[in-house]
Amino acid sequence: MSLIAFAVTVLVVASFLCLYRIGKGPTAPDRIVAIDILGTLIVGFCAVVALQTGLDYYVNIAIAWALLSFIGTLALAKYLEGRSFHE
Amino acid sequence: MNSTFAQWMIVVGLLFDLMGTIGLVRLPDVYNRLQAATKSVTLGTCMILLGLLAEHGVDALGVKALLCTMFILLTSPVGAHAIARGAHISGVRLWEKSVGDAYLDDRTREQTGEADAQTEAS
Repeated sequence: MSLIAFAVTVLVVASFLCLYRIGKGPTAPDRIVAIDILGTLIVGFCAVVALQTGLDYYVNIAIAWALLSFIGTLALAKYLEGRSFHE
Repeated sequence: MNSTFAQWMIVVGLLFDLMGTIGLVRLPDVYNRLQAATKSVTLGTCMILLGLLAEHGVDALGVKALLCTMFILLTSPVGAHAIARGAHISGVRLWEKSVGDAYLDDRTREQTGEADAQTEAS
């Protein structure tokens, strides 16, 4: 099994575990944590694709994705502070 | 650069990613999930990017991978702290077997301290 096949398998399994937590998660912060982790996993996925193809613009995509994921996480956390979730 | 070292770094990073997401599924409440997933997935992704740097050396791709590593190391703890603070303020409770909640103690002490100061002033 080559390195790229192993990497893609592991990252797809990890992404599906994150999607399970996004779908099931009992409260809203669980889903926000899983969205944040999924963004970081996709940065790793871009790095693996850049390793396979040798094209450097995939790392540009990874940097842009990390930036947008960070801004989105901060916006969701700010939204969470102004609202109460009493179960 | 040394290719075997780069491949081992990428494999170890992938295993850290997998462990972090298993922790995200298995742990009992949002704070446990946050601390397990954020730390190990950040380390795993940074190790993948540093493996890319070790594989390619210092060229356009390697330097941008190093830049992305530094960016993730700076932003991921900030995002995790914001989520934890928002979850605690929005009233998500801890797991019932948790032994203490120091942030709740601090917040109640601040509120009672402010109340005492107001009564003393009036």
